[in-house]
Amino acid sequence: MSVITDTRIRQKIPLWRDERALKAVAQIVSAIIIIGFLYWGISNFLTITEQRGMPLTYQFLKEPAGFPVAESYIAYEPTMSFGRAFTVGLVNTLVVSVSGIVLATLLGLIVGLARLSSNWLVNRTALAFIEFHRNIPLLVLLFLWYFGVFTRLPRVKESIILAGPVYINQRGIYLIWLRLTETGGVFLAFALVGVMLSITAWMVLRRIRETHGRETYFGGVSLAILILIPFIGWFVSGGEPFQPNEPVLQGFNFQGGLRLSPEFAALLIGLTTYTAAFIAEVFRAGILAVRKGQIEAARALGLKNNQVLSLIILPQALRVVIPPLISQYLNLTKNSSLALTIGYQELFAVGKITINQAGRAVPVFLMVMATYLVISLLTSLILNIYNRRVQFIEK
Amino acid sequence: MSRKLLSVILVFTFLFAAFVPSALAQETGYGTILTRVLERGKVVCGIHTELLGFGYLDANGRNVGFDIDLCRAVAAAVLGDPEAIEPVPLTAADRGPALQTGEVDLITRNMTWTSKRDAEWGNFTWIVFYDGQGFLVRADEGIQTLQDMDGASVCVTTGTTTEKNLATSFADAGLTYEAVTFEETSAVYGAYEEGRCDVATSDKSQLAAVRAGFENPDDHVILDITISKEPLTPAVPSGDDQWFDIVKVVMWALINAEDYGVTSANVEEMKASEDATIRMLLGVEGDWGNVQLGLGADALANAIAAVGNYGEIYNRYFGEGGLAFVFPRGLNELWSNGGLIYAPPIK
Repeated sequence: MSVITDTRIRQKIPLWRDERALKAVAQIVSAIIIIGFLYWGISNFLTITEQRGMPLTYQFLKEPAGFPVAESYIAYEPTMSFGRAFTVGLVNTLVVSVSGIVLATLLGLIVGLARLSSNWLVNRTALAFIEFHRNIPLLVLLFLWYFGVFTRLPRVKESIILAGPVYINQRGIYLIWLRLTETGGVFLAFALVGVMLSITAWMVLRRIRETHGRETYFGGVSLAILILIPFIGWFVSGGEPFQPNEPVLQGFNFQGGLRLSPEFAALLIGLTTYTAAFIAEVFRAGILAVRKGQIEAARALGLKNNQVLSLIILPQALRVVIPPLISQYLNLTKNSSLALTIGYQELFAVGKITINQAGRAVPVFLMVMATYLVISLLTSLILNIYNRRVQFIEK
Repeated sequence: MSRKLLSVILVFTFLFAAFVPSALAQETGYGTILTRVLERGKVVCGIHTELLGFGYLDANGRNVGFDIDLCRAVAAAVLGDPEAIEPVPLTAADRGPALQTGEVDLITRNMTWTSKRDAEWGNFTWIVFYDGQGFLVRADEGIQTLQDMDGASVCVTTGTTTEKNLATSFADAGLTYEAVTFEETSAVYGAYEEGRCDVATSDKSQLAAVRAGFENPDDHVILDITISKEPLTPAVPSGDDQWFDIVKVVMWALINAEDYGVTSANVEEMKASEDATIRMLLGVEGDWGNVQLGLGADALANAIAAVGNYGEIYNRYFGEGGLAFVFPRGLNELWSNGGLIYAPPIK
């Protein structure tokens, strides 16, 4: 019955006043506009690049790069290809981003907690740190660290020597490091197996305790595995898997040891402190979002301060904190492209050199953008999966 | 999932769309640049603002230098006014794209002419400065030869021929080094002066310029090693032969003027010279191609009157008592004095 009435009413409405028809038309029109705009943009772009002799091809990636890249975690020589140089830049970006994210999270957490401290001095120091870093452009901070601090350290021959030995000069910070001997690989294999077994033991035993309520001493057992297996490896490898690798002054610079270049150090410190200031505020917001009653209840149960923090506050704060934290991580990664100005050769810096040396601005820019996009999307994806796991499962 | 895929596709599409502005880049077909320059009333020159002698700012904040004067010469020839320039500061790495997009009419920014750049960037007009890559070191380091630099930290500008020459010559000699690279020239020499590097490398003229600007120039020496050919050449965007010819002819005129003894001071007198070649150069008789090129007959005379002949420009910045620093002419002497500076006749 009602169906018939409906039809009759609809028949009365002319098409140009039918809301559904109008909506459909609006959708089609806007779709045409967007597609038209994109078509115009892309075809225009392709025509012009063709005309200017800048075709969108990537053949040049196989040509020898010819330029040096200062720091590289993978083998690189100027005789290798542009593609290889680009990979070196990508790895450099990943190294500084991952170290930056880890350090900024730790520092941010500490500063965020300090900001909530009831101790006036601690609280105000944290406030000063946050306001200083939040209100000065990152580029300025990077210049401050690089040209104001790291290049002003003493000359190589007048290095500051700390116990260890650690040598600090304007060419970098040199630490004593380990060099693998011939049998070092064997030891490393044992160590790796040890770590993996230890983690597995931790997870399995803990699960048993949770499901059966039986004490399984998971902490002790996994720790024992963690120590014992590499220990066996030590003997299997002949007792000397490593040798100390001490930095020694040879000619102009120190050789050997572990070196933090001034460019990397300045960038890492700049990115870490800058992002930590924002992360501190994110953590503070997250912690303040935990209801006061929760904390009072925890105290009433007799939990100690650090237990309240680690068992009650942080797990709940984490749920609030993760989404804004993702943005900060993405910012840090993208901000690492400012390294160009202080001579750390990350993705964008290598990209710009490639543009110049290969004369291929557009393809390289597209490549750089697509790479940052992929890095960012992957970071978001991983953190979103984690985020889903820590959320309350509401029924 | 499909919605996510769609959004990723959209983002990639916007990556392309981001380049739409570059599609609005300047048209550079025959005759288009001159038309644009006349309409605009200014010549847009890609220049340096931080390189003493070649392109820098004087005490009054005015763009001056050897390269800037070449740009002014073109402006004087085309528009009759050496001040009608619009200087666009470029980093070394920005030069190629600026030419390719036609963003600048002319680049006078001590740029080395190479076959690859000629093929990819634009048209290189006429070599105006013969240079070579050298090394700047601290005098007390005791560095004399390339071998002495084994293991050194070397400061260098990215996106330059210098960077590649450095890699090649060290590799050929079997030497190692640490490259410390920056995009900004000022950062390169700032880092060198602070001691971040043992060596700075670039064209010798540039090193001389930088050394002259240091607090104690005598603490630094430019080594007697030259590892490359660096012919510095003004360049124009590809596609406009008329504009290419105009800039070439202006460069030739400056060189010919020195050849024939025409200076900024005596241009007017020389118009009455008995030498027909000089009268042709100064446009008092005949057509040196100016009709084809869309210029007035007196265009070259205007250029010479505005900035002087090649020798005058050179000595203004690099001669004894010049504005910048002393750099012996060497290869940059006229061909008739045993140098390489030579230009086709204006006739």
